[in-house]
Amino acid sequence: MEIIRTGMAGTMESSDINVVIEKQEAKGIKIYLNSSVEKQFGDQIRKVILETLEDLKVTNVVVRAVDRGALDCTIRARVQSAVMRAANKENELDWEVL
Amino acid sequence: MKKRLRRTMMYVPGNNPNMLAEAHIYGADSLMFDLEDSISLSEKDSARLLVYNAIKSIDYGETEIVVRINGLDTPFGRNDIKAMVRAGADVIRLPKTETAKDVLDVEEIIEEVERNSSRPIGSTKMMAAIESPLGVINAVEIAKASSRLIGIAIGAEDFVTNMKTKRSPEGIELLYARSQILIAARAAGICALDTVYSDVNNEEGFRKEVKLIKQLGFDGKSIINPRQIAPVHEIYAPTEKEIEHSKRVIRAIKEAEEKGLGVVSLKGKMVDKPIVERAERILELARACGMEKEGE
Repeated sequence: MEIIRTGMAGTMESSDINVVIEKQEAKGIKIYLNSSVEKQFGDQIRKVILETLEDLKVTNVVVRAVDRGALDCTIRARVQSAVMRAANKENELDWEVL
Repeated sequence: MKKRLRRTMMYVPGNNPNMLAEAHIYGADSLMFDLEDSISLSEKDSARLLVYNAIKSIDYGETEIVVRINGLDTPFGRNDIKAMVRAGADVIRLPKTETAKDVLDVEEIIEEVERNSSRPIGSTKMMAAIESPLGVINAVEIAKASSRLIGIAIGAEDFVTNMKTKRSPEGIELLYARSQILIAARAAGICALDTVYSDVNNEEGFRKEVKLIKQLGFDGKSIINPRQIAPVHEIYAPTEKEIEHSKRVIRAIKEAEEKGLGVVSLKGKMVDKPIVERAERILELARACGMEKEGE
């Protein structure tokens, strides 16, 4: 999936996660996470973000996430939305890859 | 197919993760995740993905999951169907249904998605909301349009606006539409769901309306707040007297069947098919309300 602009999804409300995806020239994925449950769930949140990006074949991006206690399914949904917006393909999702 | 009670169908805005995760704990018979009017145009894509992932991941138990999609006349409707059928929604609810063709157009896309995914063909059910004078006139053909339809519902706000009036506490302005939708639903053998009551703080007015729609014959009501669940279930609950009478009816008809009799009398009154059906429905409601156990 080609990232062509900055994409954002999610809110700062309780049980949600705000995710910003930015293109970066350097190789790899860099995640900056701010979470109210960082100590207990930080690793799991990063894992879900990474897996979702892998499923969408996204590489070379910076992810900035502010988590307010989101479930895994919410994290996946917000990363998917942010990526699709960053790729300018909000309504062209291939449901078979999700 | 197992008969389902639909006394309460609670709206849940599709872009609220907290409510999507917790809505089922309040005990509504059905949850209706909304992708339509409660979602702004700029959030249609993210609400769709949020509901998609929630349905795939969260265990909603026995609660029926309905999704109100955007119409096919918008850029969102087709994608909503693709996502929700794949996610495993029990029922797709069409907004603003005006003709049988509206139902068939959505059904065609549902079937296409079922064919291209692991979902069995025919497993996605449908429901049509009727919200306009044309929809009310065509209610019978809408209700009979597809075997996937489990019910039709009246949406009052758009309807009264189209009728150049507004809602009143007595609901006289909705009497014709409610009756027409009920008759259409019954003729097609499907459910009839009443419209929402928006003033959450007016419990007295709400109770009055629920009593009215129960008496008319509706299966239940669309609701917008967990506080509205208990009053509906209470009003729909049968009385002890009704339950006892229903049990006697069922016992009498079983005895008659064993003796090879077609008709039976109970306390001098003839018990026939409609009376048995009513008794079965009362016992079904009693079980749902926890007043009776399965098999009693």
